[in-house]
Amino acid sequence: MKAQTFKEKLLGQRTRTAVTDGFIYVILAVLGILWILPIVFMLYTSLRVTPETGIITKLFPDDLQLGFGNYVRLFQDSLFLRWFGNTLLVAVCSCAITTLFILMVSYAFSRMRFKMRKPLMNVMLVLGMFPGFMSMIAVYFILKAVGLTNSLFALILVYSCGAALSYYVCKGFFDTLPRSLEEAAILDGASQWTVFWRVTLPLSKPIIVYTVLTSFIAPWCDFIFVNTIINDAEKYTVALGLYRMINAEKNSFSENFTVFCAGATIVGAIISAFFLSMQRYYVEGVTGGAVK
Amino acid sequence: MEKESVLSRMGVSVKEFFVGEDSIFRRFGRAVKKAVLSVVHGSLAVKLSCLFMGMGQMMRKQVVKGIVYLLLEIGFILFMVFFGGKYIGHLFSGSLGTKASGEVWNEELGVYEAVKGDNSFLILLYGVVSLIVLIMFITVWVMNIRGNLENDRALAEGRKLATFKQDCNTFINKKFYVPLLIPPLLGLLVFTIMPLVFMILIAFTNYDFEHTPPGQLFTWVGFANFGQLFSVGGGSGFFLVFLRVLLWTFIWAFFATFSNYFFGMIIALMINRKGIKLKKLWRTLFVVVIAVPQFVTLLLMQKILDGDGILNVILGTNIRWLADTANGSIIPRVMIILVNMWIGIPYTLLMCSGILMNIPAEQYEAARLDGANAWQLFFKITLPYMLHVTGPYLITQFVGNINNFNVIWLLTGGGPVDNINYGGGSQAQSTDLLVTWLYRLTTDTNPRYNIASVIGIVIFIICAVLSLITYNRSGATKNEEVYQ
Repeated sequence: MKAQTFKEKLLGQRTRTAVTDGFIYVILAVLGILWILPIVFMLYTSLRVTPETGIITKLFPDDLQLGFGNYVRLFQDSLFLRWFGNTLLVAVCSCAITTLFILMVSYAFSRMRFKMRKPLMNVMLVLGMFPGFMSMIAVYFILKAVGLTNSLFALILVYSCGAALSYYVCKGFFDTLPRSLEEAAILDGASQWTVFWRVTLPLSKPIIVYTVLTSFIAPWCDFIFVNTIINDAEKYTVALGLYRMINAEKNSFSENFTVFCAGATIVGAIISAFFLSMQRYYVEGVTGGAVK
Repeated sequence: MEKESVLSRMGVSVKEFFVGEDSIFRRFGRAVKKAVLSVVHGSLAVKLSCLFMGMGQMMRKQVVKGIVYLLLEIGFILFMVFFGGKYIGHLFSGSLGTKASGEVWNEELGVYEAVKGDNSFLILLYGVVSLIVLIMFITVWVMNIRGNLENDRALAEGRKLATFKQDCNTFINKKFYVPLLIPPLLGLLVFTIMPLVFMILIAFTNYDFEHTPPGQLFTWVGFANFGQLFSVGGGSGFFLVFLRVLLWTFIWAFFATFSNYFFGMIIALMINRKGIKLKKLWRTLFVVVIAVPQFVTLLLMQKILDGDGILNVILGTNIRWLADTANGSIIPRVMIILVNMWIGIPYTLLMCSGILMNIPAEQYEAARLDGANAWQLFFKITLPYMLHVTGPYLITQFVGNINNFNVIWLLTGGGPVDNINYGGGSQAQSTDLLVTWLYRLTTDTNPRYNIASVIGIVIFIICAVLSLITYNRSGATKNEEVYQ
């Protein structure tokens, strides 16, 4: 008697779990589709050749044709390849400088003790809270005063010089590294310089990859600074180029939307590949900063 | 209760900072007195180096160091004579240039000649640059005197003075932080601090579309811009607009932060649930959105939700999702928050899955044995744990959302323009955040840089207060060394 009720109870629980599981599968599937749908739509639009290029009045028109025509147009009619090269150059340079700067500042704040440490850390925290483009016009005129507007070099400078302000995730990581190794190295006569390059950096792979990842992606996404600093179409980055493609003139959207989607797909594919391959480090970086 | 004590403590410490026995002024006074006395009692080397930097070092055979100091001084003097002095003078003369450009009748040639007047903008900018150079020079000057005093002491104690090589050596050992910090800080100085000081000063001028260099001059107006932003008076005050934008900024930041946080956590819980298969597939479906650059997804969403967009085609409706002004533009506002969820939830998901797995499983089992149901498990175990761990992250997100320019600008551009008019020329639109309003004020055809600067300062104060409170309360700053 008792055993039976137990069995019944168990059965009831199992069916209940199964029902909940099914329910969750349904929700996940619906949400998953919702999330992926706009991206599928982008892919699909980038492949539509006829009849419309811009405003889409029917999802599946009768005379629908798919092909790579938009991609051909993208490379032939626009400066996409040029923009792409520009962005790559800016991204690689600014990512290298940014990463180095952040590592340097974090190491100094985490490992060394000096009188101005706390005040400097607070000042940098506070500086980071001014909205960036409040000072954008002033930055533009400073660049103009030294004759650097309209150059990719200026873009690299602007992207990497503010970098030190986001030191805290990396510093948080350095704070968790054990000190014993460094102390041992210093006892053996190593200088702080050697410790930084030979001991600490090799132990910091996750945070280095995280910093590289975020700083590499930034130039692909920013268009506001580029918009102010650069007005020569030859020197656009991908983001500004694509933005201008559908927003520059009144009818540019209806003319260029499918081509825009083609460009967006290419950029998206590159960033996705980059991101997904390093996703593990990204999570470590984000949570590493959040846990403490 | 606790809040009050925190506030009153803050008040007390602020008061002490300015008026107490140990106030900043008294401490400064004491330091100056001590410095002057030590120079007066110092050796000839100390006194000489007050005037000619590096002389003292050269007298004591630290030749390289001495030469570096001397060259710095010469460079500074040349800079001030040929460039900086003029602009610093302008900065403190009470006006930013006196001669407007215009046309002047030339008697000899009998034509109107264009005359280049003063450019207030450049005067202010170069003035700021010169001021910063001045401050840097004073720091170097103090360093130079200190070095000499230190040498005095070393000689008195019979120690040997450091050679140039030894000096260099301390920079990769005890003072390694100096070479580590100088390049990044220089970058910050030029591209963050200098422009910021400049823009803060703009808040006290009348730099707007009626006073635009190089054609026109602008000048100091004191707190008039603050007055305009915070007053209602006579149709020219922007206070009502400001309140409306501020309110929407907070509503937006609140919903954007917490909707992402809770729904992200719930989805993460669903994916992490025991017995759910294909975990990796589900996660990837969401994470793909992160991998596509935000400006692409946002522009795409803007076009999908457009009046002529595909959503209306599919639904067969004719709703202007991002441009409907009815009921205080409620449809665009809700749509923005929804789109933001689409963009933001994957980030929360990514972050939460890791942390959720860290929650000790025994806690759940114990609670289940005590007969807790799923809701109780969530509200009594999961949520408190998550809030504890991710508290600082939430505040960072909130501050980030107050400054979230991209989502608003790319979706609605701050629009639509509704027919509510709170003040002439404020240019604020119905979904504008403070930041997008600021941006519009600086890029519009009738720019008002002065008001934009004031708004920037307001945003800064809001964000700084929020962040400083959290950072000082979270473990990150207090327990730096706990994990070592």
